[in-house]
Amino acid sequence: MKTTGFTKKIIAGLTLALGLVVGAQAAGGGIAWDKAPNKTNDMVALQNGAKLFVNYCLNCHSAAFMRYNRLTDIGLTEQQIKDNLLVTNAKIGETMKAAIDPQQAKAWFGANPPDLTVIARSRAGAGGSGADYLYTYMRTFYRDAEKPTGWNNLAFPNIAMPHVLWELQGERRPIFEEVVAHGHPTQVLKGWEQVKPGTMTPLQYDQNIGDLVSYLQWMGEPAQNTRVKIGVWVLLFLGVLTLFTWRLNAAYWKDIK
Amino acid sequence: MADYHEVSPNAPAGEKLLNWVDNRFPASKLFKEHMSEYYAPKNFNFFYIFGSLSLLVLVIQIVTGIFLVMHYKPDAALAFGSVEYIMRDVPWGWLIRYMHSTGASAFFIVVYLHMFRGLMYGSYRKPRELIWLFGCGIFLALMAEAFMGYLLPWGQMSYWGAQVIVNLFAAIPFVGPDLALLIRGDFVVGDATLNRFFSFHVIAVPLVLLGLVVAHIIALHEVGSNNPDGIEIKAKKDAQGRPLDGIPFHPYYSVHDIFAVSVFLMVFSAIVFFAPEMGGYFLEYNNFVPADPFQTPLHIAPVWYFTPFYSMLRAVTTEMMYALIACVLLGAILAVLKGKMPTLFKVLIVGAAAGLIAMMLSIDAKFWGVVAMGGGVVILFFLPWLDNSPVKSIRYRPDWHKYLYAVFIVDFLVLGYLGILPVSDLSSRISQLGTLFYFGFFLLMPWWSRLGKSKPVPDRVTFTPH
Repeated sequence: MKTTGFTKKIIAGLTLALGLVVGAQAAGGGIAWDKAPNKTNDMVALQNGAKLFVNYCLNCHSAAFMRYNRLTDIGLTEQQIKDNLLVTNAKIGETMKAAIDPQQAKAWFGANPPDLTVIARSRAGAGGSGADYLYTYMRTFYRDAEKPTGWNNLAFPNIAMPHVLWELQGERRPIFEEVVAHGHPTQVLKGWEQVKPGTMTPLQYDQNIGDLVSYLQWMGEPAQNTRVKIGVWVLLFLGVLTLFTWRLNAAYWKDIK
Repeated sequence: MADYHEVSPNAPAGEKLLNWVDNRFPASKLFKEHMSEYYAPKNFNFFYIFGSLSLLVLVIQIVTGIFLVMHYKPDAALAFGSVEYIMRDVPWGWLIRYMHSTGASAFFIVVYLHMFRGLMYGSYRKPRELIWLFGCGIFLALMAEAFMGYLLPWGQMSYWGAQVIVNLFAAIPFVGPDLALLIRGDFVVGDATLNRFFSFHVIAVPLVLLGLVVAHIIALHEVGSNNPDGIEIKAKKDAQGRPLDGIPFHPYYSVHDIFAVSVFLMVFSAIVFFAPEMGGYFLEYNNFVPADPFQTPLHIAPVWYFTPFYSMLRAVTTEMMYALIACVLLGAILAVLKGKMPTLFKVLIVGAAAGLIAMMLSIDAKFWGVVAMGGGVVILFFLPWLDNSPVKSIRYRPDWHKYLYAVFIVDFLVLGYLGILPVSDLSSRISQLGTLFYFGFFLLMPWWSRLGKSKPVPDRVTFTPH
């Protein structure tokens, strides 16, 4: 049919045009994000992540849309949540509120620590998923005497937040190398030097941050894995339905000459 | 009024009931007129399913919208949290919300394809001008609906997108600032804005939308559907007065549509269940940050379906104004030299052009950007009177017309793509060219659509049985 040839030409033209613009666009700034492991289906990892979250993050950050009892979705009983994760005097059906007073937080850090409920969803971008960003961010703190907190970060330069997990990771110093790219000398991250050891080895630290980030990703949308599971069944059903409606259509249309 | 119709007392209960209803309400009559005895051309192709699909998406949006309103709070302090409450604590709330957010984008996809179909096959040509006008009205209402709905989640993009767009109205001379104030209900986007947008989004605009959809379909069923060949099937009828190339909508196109609906639902569900954010295009990442009036995001872009028109807005810079003034000047000179009209008309044209140029020189480019953005939509309304081609369908037009249409589509998509990106020198130049092409395509259509040798149009539609 005529239309098909015409449509093909349009599609070919489009692909070419979009290819050109996308090609011209592939550039950016800042440190490249590492790929975060996805452990949102790994209950042990999520539980470990929840523990780290409650112990380290929840002091200053809230997760004001996340209820404690939703943690039953990652394989914990309500009793376990009460015994191990309810550090404040909150009730199990309440949402996760920070221990810190927001006004004090503002005075100490210059900004209110953002709510973390959907942080993993909001930080996604051209560099990768929100989890990738958080995974990179939590692993690129370094000592910087010029900052009020004494810490700086490569993924979020001039961050107001100190390195809360420094006991676990220890102190590190980034090593840069000067490389000439496109005729300009540029600083490229070569690696890290461990200045003071932490209680964890670098490998253990990365694994724990992976767990924490997976937890944040899960908390951003607790229904995400249910959604995918249901989606498979929905699509299977629609596939069968389409088969029937296709044949039904053909059965009627065979009369049309 | 129809005569009272009796059925045999021995008739089955169903038939008796239908007869009872038919004597009081034209149920069977309506079904016949709009379904079983509505004759549609038998040569519809793939592009003809998007009308039915937009009706389906409208129903999805209304039904999911009803359930969302049960839990949503139109309050600047509570809105963001209530959406997260729907996503987390309301049983199946995430599904309803994702259906609604995916539905918004799906609506524009099917409507753009539906309009593209009309453009290709001349579905707006006589006697279908009113169908097209109602359709353009639907498109405009849909844009208003989407824009106001986008504020409701009260995220950063919701807030700043609304701030930017409402501020555009302030660029209108004299009434602008007051108009912007009236729309916002406050000096910045705030709780009052959220409440009125909510009201418009759930009541006012949907009512208009539904009314226009009904008018669109009534007008369509009055004149009958166009087809890919652009032939009037009513010109060739059989002894019973049925079009030879027509087939009853029901059952042929109803089964067709059911098939199309099931395929569409597969794509729709794949997005809802596996990629509801659609890479940040259907749900923007920055909109997961609650609205903060004190922190302007680095990059504010409207949702993808507005970006072609947003590009036109950004294309009109002070520099671009000189190009536009040159266009007006050139147009007036051409009209005076080449136009076959009385001298009085020519004088009027020169006067109007001089007035327009004076305004273009004295009013800020930002205002003309708003005019370009609005004009990009409004110009569609005039399409039936811009097209002078002797044939309706692209199939029988000169080949170079096809290429011109293809360039137009590419242009529209490139404008859309550039509208997502931050402005750069290169993208600004491309979108300026794209905007000139977009308007040139329509404004020069009365001239170019007449040119070239069209191919002979057959008497009967082209159809291969399948």
